[in-house]
Amino acid sequence: MTAEIIGNLPFIVSVLMIMVGLSALLFKKNMIKMAVGLSVMGSGINIFLVATCYRFGSIAPIFTNAPLSEASKAAVEMALPVPQSLTLTSIVISLAVTALMLSLAMLAYRHSGTLDSEKSRRLKG
Amino acid sequence: MTPEFISFILQNAPALCVAVPLLSAFIVPLFRKKWGKASAAFTLIALLLTECLVLSVFFSVLSGGTRVYAMGADIPERTLPSGLSVPIRIILQIDVLSAIMGLVGATIALISVLYSVQGVRDKADGKFFCLMLLMLTGFIGFVFTGDFFNIFVFFEILSISSVGLIAFWLHKQEAVEAGFKYLSISAVASLFVLLAIGLLYAQHGVLNIAAISQDVMLSGFAIVDVIALGLLAAGFLMKCGAVPMHYWVPDAYGESPEAVTAILAVASQASLYALLRVSFTMFGSFPLIDIIAWAMIILGALSLFVGSTMCLRQRDLKRLIAYGGISQTGFILVAMGAGLAAIGHPMFADFGLKAMEGGIFHMINHAFYEALLFLSAGAIIYATGTRDLDELGGLARKMPLTAILFLVGAMAMAGLPPSNGFASKILIYESVYYFNPLLAVIALVSSVIVTVPLVKAFCAVFLGPEVKKFSGIKETPKGMLLAMFLLAAIVLLFGLFPGIIVEFVARPAAEALLNWNAYWGMIL
Repeated sequence: MTAEIIGNLPFIVSVLMIMVGLSALLFKKNMIKMAVGLSVMGSGINIFLVATCYRFGSIAPIFTNAPLSEASKAAVEMALPVPQSLTLTSIVISLAVTALMLSLAMLAYRHSGTLDSEKSRRLKG
Repeated sequence: MTPEFISFILQNAPALCVAVPLLSAFIVPLFRKKWGKASAAFTLIALLLTECLVLSVFFSVLSGGTRVYAMGADIPERTLPSGLSVPIRIILQIDVLSAIMGLVGATIALISVLYSVQGVRDKADGKFFCLMLLMLTGFIGFVFTGDFFNIFVFFEILSISSVGLIAFWLHKQEAVEAGFKYLSISAVASLFVLLAIGLLYAQHGVLNIAAISQDVMLSGFAIVDVIALGLLAAGFLMKCGAVPMHYWVPDAYGESPEAVTAILAVASQASLYALLRVSFTMFGSFPLIDIIAWAMIILGALSLFVGSTMCLRQRDLKRLIAYGGISQTGFILVAMGAGLAAIGHPMFADFGLKAMEGGIFHMINHAFYEALLFLSAGAIIYATGTRDLDELGGLARKMPLTAILFLVGAMAMAGLPPSNGFASKILIYESVYYFNPLLAVIALVSSVIVTVPLVKAFCAVFLGPEVKKFSGIKETPKGMLLAMFLLAAIVLLFGLFPGIIVEFVARPAAEALLNWNAYWGMIL
């Protein structure tokens, strides 16, 4: 039981982070906090992706690090490279999204003098 | 221009469709301001080139069936290099539905850039055209790709460049707010999609859509697949502007520059396309797909109702058209949901295929007449500087051509003959009636309700006594009129000869969605 929990810990953490991020987006009115929530949610998904590709005791999937002799090949496993590259791409994209969101929040603050999305809201109906 | 060169271009056209707008997007900002219209001319040339490439892909797909293009392969059609059994290369897979969506997107991008040369004021040229080209890149990549992770990447390219364009006039508080709303919705939607991609990869070990689809349908159904399907459907429904996540639509459509709004309407069709790709091609024989079908039908019916009734009380011209657009999204969702629910049903041959044809035809039509309506609304705003229906009036004397063009678009959205909206709506009514008469009634009633605000808008803007404030205005500039004429011609031609489009485009597209064996066969 304990081993199962520890083995699945990355997945539990990632789901918790996704939930925390999503609830911040839904329930916070401060635009900066919404951007933080989005970033936390993205990190949760990145943890999930990295956790899916990891195998216990595996090494980084770099071609030149591969063991040379036939005998040691069976002993050393490599992590799956595809989800790692997905994670890299998604980190870059979420950086762009967070930066854009923060700059829009800054501009909204300049216009209305508040970060509260309810108070600065003009578009209704 | 040797024959070898042309055949080389034609062979690599699918990749070039993405590469040409992407590369030119980063060349455009290098033009200096004092070179005048050079950046606009360059953008138009790049878009014309893209249009020709997409057209060549479209016709080759129509005549020769689904096309695949493996990135980096010595022979582009070879999807499984050196004896591999799993497609690990990034593959573009273009069936009839992808090709027609790409063609619609490229055409509308070309027309709205043509319009924006005169129609969008204070556009720091380089930035505006760069973002427009990036948006087209995201759109074409999104509909052409056969790789699931690329769907996420192009989805983000599309939405980040859209945000840049929605909030293009940073000095307006409303524009910034609309951009923030759109960004938060689209970021959450694409994170849902990314999580679903991670789940599907963990379950099936591939990222190629055809390979995942084959594995999902043949290897039995895991609970992970159900979660992934739910996340994907939620993400794409959020982004296509269906109720209850429709609130970003009027804000984003209302505040963006008009030429952008036309492309933005097509961009939300892209997520409808992805919804269809996922629900038909990937999960078509899934036992729980009925739930997704009914979610599409119910959300579609709600969108029809909410869109048309909210449209009634609008006083802002662009928000009025945007709410009308939400109700049209409802039409597409109802039709495609009815088709999806009928798969495997003995009566499918009677109405299912017809409903899907109607839905796909309506997707194409909706893109064109929505663009026409927004561009003509933009012409009114360009001339008068206001979009408040209470202030406008009597413009038909000054701008007769714009009035006729607006009328053509309004007729199409209301579904009156001889416009294309009539042709596709009648297909949807006929087929959905056999599925469930109540749905056909809801669709018909909301189509009638949408007619009322459109008539109101036309009367308020163009008819009535002359308003003193607007006595000095002139007819819309020629470049803008040309762009709108092109759209109106397409709207009327599709309305006069609907049979050709249905037979040669909509039916093959619907069959391509249903024939998942053929979709796998191209890759595996």
